[in-house]
Amino acid sequence: MTLEPRASIPSVLKPGRYFMQGDEACAEGAIAVGCNYYAGYPITPASEIMEHICRRFAECPGRVFVQMEDEIASIASVVGASWAGARAMTATSGPGLSLMLENIGYAIITETPCVVVDVQRAGPSTGQATRPAQGDVMQARWGAHGDYEIIVISPWSVQDTYEQTIRAFNLAERFRVPVILLMDEAVGHLRENIQIPEQTEYLTRFKGAGKPPFGQAEVPPMPSFGDGASLLVTGSTHDGWGYRRTSSAEAQATLVERLTGKVLNHIPEIVCTRTHECQETDLDVLLVSYGFSARSSLGAVREARAAGIRVGLLRLTTLWPFPSGAVRSVGRRARLVMVPEMNRGQILREVQRVLPEAKGYNRTDGEVITPPEILSAIRGEVGR
Amino acid sequence: MTGCQPKGPEQERGAGIERTGSTTAIRRYLRPRAIPTPFCAGCGHGILMGAILRAVDGLGLDFSQMLFVSGIGCAGWIPSPHFDTDTLHVTHGRPVAFATGAKLFNPALKVVVIGGDGDIASIGGNHLIHAARRNINLTVICANNQIYGMTGGQVTPTTPLGARTLTTPYGNAEPAFDLARLVVAAGASYVARYSVWHIRPLIRSIQKALQNPGFSFVEALSTCPTQYGRRNDNPSPLGMLQAFKESCITLERSRTMSQEELAGKTLIGEFVGG
Ligand SMILES: Cc1ncc(C[n+]2csc(CCOP(=O)(O)OP(=O)(O)O)c2C)c(N)n1
Ligand code: SF4
Ligand SMILES: [Mg+2]
Repeated sequence: MTLEPRASIPSVLKPGRYFMQGDEACAEGAIAVGCNYYAGYPITPASEIMEHICRRFAECPGRVFVQMEDEIASIASVVGASWAGARAMTATSGPGLSLMLENIGYAIITETPCVVVDVQRAGPSTGQATRPAQGDVMQARWGAHGDYEIIVISPWSVQDTYEQTIRAFNLAERFRVPVILLMDEAVGHLRENIQIPEQTEYLTRFKGAGKPPFGQAEVPPMPSFGDGASLLVTGSTHDGWGYRRTSSAEAQATLVERLTGKVLNHIPEIVCTRTHECQETDLDVLLVSYGFSARSSLGAVREARAAGIRVGLLRLTTLWPFPSGAVRSVGRRARLVMVPEMNRGQILREVQRVLPEAKGYNRTDGEVITPPEILSAIRGEVGR
Repeated sequence: MTGCQPKGPEQERGAGIERTGSTTAIRRYLRPRAIPTPFCAGCGHGILMGAILRAVDGLGLDFSQMLFVSGIGCAGWIPSPHFDTDTLHVTHGRPVAFATGAKLFNPALKVVVIGGDGDIASIGGNHLIHAARRNINLTVICANNQIYGMTGGQVTPTTPLGARTLTTPYGNAEPAFDLARLVVAAGASYVARYSVWHIRPLIRSIQKALQNPGFSFVEALSTCPTQYGRRNDNPSPLGMLQAFKESCITLERSRTMSQEELAGKTLIGEFVGG
């Protein structure tokens, strides 16, 4: 990770080995990085995050937990708390994310750091509450209206969930953006060993009194309510001090350019990918995957290699902004690129923008993709 | 940020210093850059804006420790950008929920929500009743002009039966919410209703709301001559204010009146916590 830590704080949990659920690891990661405001509404398969935070906040003084009347109120109160100085978070699943999107857009235009977790389940609509899916990839990217960029991170294990939750909070503060942690039911409900480190990276908020909180700097300083900064926060198009500029073409263009630029100009700092078994420059097949599907993909890689087929995995942790650079450079080394995912090809289409010949391997029946089925798809393609 | 400290008696008596709650006194709570306001001439929201600042001035509150949260609508513009302290102008219907987060995280802030009847009682109705149920220490002031003013004059849940609006051209067929009673039933600890005509009791009720340590709700009946009066045979700002004078009956007086006498009247006063 290229993120520059401004500080390193001792972990809240005693360092060591734990056996933990993905949802719990998300809650613990948030607690470790100083999350001190949580608002949410019950929904499968994300409720365990809220329940765990509720129990643990009671043991950690100065942290506020509230169960709100719905997801709209949850994200709204998270944004309100963030402006009051909190490191704030909410967690939900697809139906709740749908309700939150208007105010996620509000967090974008007001440059409010916060973390929104979506533990994906099978949709559309109520769909299958307890079944895994990765169908919210495009909703996380484009769900709010208007032109914007957003950071979306997808963890693949319990350990990764812990670490990426920490990273999500730090990215939110660094760029003053909402960050979406896009989990899936299979990772959220998975239980495995995790290692809690001694220290946690921690980015402090830059308050910078006396400077315009919505302009000049690419990522402007953000004072809190009550600091005496006379903050003028609005979801309407505004100038650097927050005055509404609802019919100025220049104000609109300047704001949208800066909001998108502050993400797009820092791709190396934001984008995180990893290769597994990609040592050769002439791979038979490269799998590109993320979340739980990346685990099955790695299983398939190992089985294929045992059978003498040179298969590698490019695992995407950051989904948005899309890691086109990594996909291009690693993908070029393979004869075939295949994208296993639990949807009808949402990341595949992004991969195809870079490598038009890429193929999908998709499942949308609420079941996880298994290594043997990926292996047989690989065998079908390479004819071995 | 300036001039927000509680005022001592010397200052009030001092030569050339404005009287508490006077027009000059409340000017210092406004951002000079934000004046003039965008309201139509004769809009009741301007009167309400003055009433809120007079209430603040009268109590001598530290303005810099106040947060005003408002949603979308003409009423949402009462604090934003005019009030020279922290203001959070949010999405339509959601100010109570945003305010809840800020207040829970920093209880030292005095948090006031200002919104229209559409904002607070229609799209935001769920947040209103839940905040009242929690009895969280917020003051919510609903500028109820019985119309969606900003979007051109459509019917709201508080438009009177029979009233003509853009979307009820033959008269409103749906009964209106009694907002004050709704919020009482939901569990608020201070609830009052006055109109912008009843300016002194309105200011006093805002002051009581600001001092009440739980959820406080002030329904401020306001006027929208542009979108409401014009379509309902009462186009003049003064005429609309006079209509409040005639149609509003205090809770005390209402107890001496018969059902027939009370038909078509609006009850004003303190419904809870007076
Ligand atoms: C989600 C959403 N729906 C609709 C609107 C459009 N809208 C803007 S203001 C408004 C009505 C405001 O009416 P009210 O709250 O009564 O305030 P008033 O203008 O009457 O003071 C509406 C419906 C919006 N901004 N957002
Ligand atoms: S439209 Fe109505 S509510 Fe809006 S400013 Fe004009 S008079 Fe006031
Ligand atoms: Mg209205």
